[in-house]
Amino acid sequence: MSLYINGSTIDLPAHVTTVSDVILHFFDDPPVVIVEHNGDIIDKTSHSTREVADGDKLEFVHFVGGG
Amino acid sequence: MLTIGEKTFQSRLLLGTGKYPNVDIQKKAVDVSETDILTFSVRRMDIFESSQPNLLEKIDIHNYDLLPNTAGAYTAKEAVRTAKLASASGLCDMIKVEVIGDKKTLLPDPVETLNATEELLKEGFIVLPYTSDDVVLARKLEEMGAHAIMPGASPIGSGQGIINPINLSFIIEQSNVPVIVDAGIGSPKDAAYAMELGADGILLNTAVSGANDPVKMAEAMKRAVEAGRLGYEAGRIPKKSYATASSPQEGISI
Repeated sequence: MSLYINGSTIDLPAHVTTVSDVILHFFDDPPVVIVEHNGDIIDKTSHSTREVADGDKLEFVHFVGGG
Repeated sequence: MLTIGEKTFQSRLLLGTGKYPNVDIQKKAVDVSETDILTFSVRRMDIFESSQPNLLEKIDIHNYDLLPNTAGAYTAKEAVRTAKLASASGLCDMIKVEVIGDKKTLLPDPVETLNATEELLKEGFIVLPYTSDDVVLARKLEEMGAHAIMPGASPIGSGQGIINPINLSFIIEQSNVPVIVDAGIGSPKDAAYAMELGADGILLNTAVSGANDPVKMAEAMKRAVEAGRLGYEAGRIPKKSYATASSPQEGISI
């Protein structure tokens, strides 16, 4: 499956089916991460149930220092 | 005690988390400031660099209330999206509305700030808009339902201090929600001055993170905010044109 994540096309293994799977693919110990899936902001509590499909667009954002 | 919405805080100093020399100094500065509220920004993640230093890894965020900002937004629509992204983390329900209207001065766009505040209040956020020191705009934000008003002392990061104490005083006088002076504070003197004017709190970042010794400056700002508040509560003496002796005039032997 191929996903468009933060502006780049990325191939992912077949066992990746949800937003949580995508996060765990990139991070062994996931930090605070916020996900937008095809334009929908996904609440943290829905990461494990939100399914992703070939060609979907994901945005990963997080908190950085700021005033 | 500072009350914002239904939350109460011991500290009247809100501290930004940007531009510290490193995460260790940042943590120490946050610790000694004794702040209850930390601000930060929302940005796209570099997913290919999982070892990047993370703001939240050194600080136990459960000890603080988190106040994300919408910095980077130039429209109400962008600010609302950033606020919703922050909220989706499940870590915060407050938002600092920051909609910039001018790239050179970083002064806020009043129309977009009002629009973003209105929309986010409808969405149920606790909304703290960063605004100019315009008195009428501050009143309109409060009438709309903003939970605090955050007028700038001077342009963001400029360290110029309080350039219009008259307007700040007018805003403080008319407001029934907390007034938190945000942006432009350069030194402890500025923070104390704003608190003496009657501000309910101070939000600063660069004044601490950019100091030669950020940890020591965090301590200084903590004390300045406390001193200014105590002075305000104590009530200062009126200014007079001429001297008044503080020693008794009776019984002078020479």
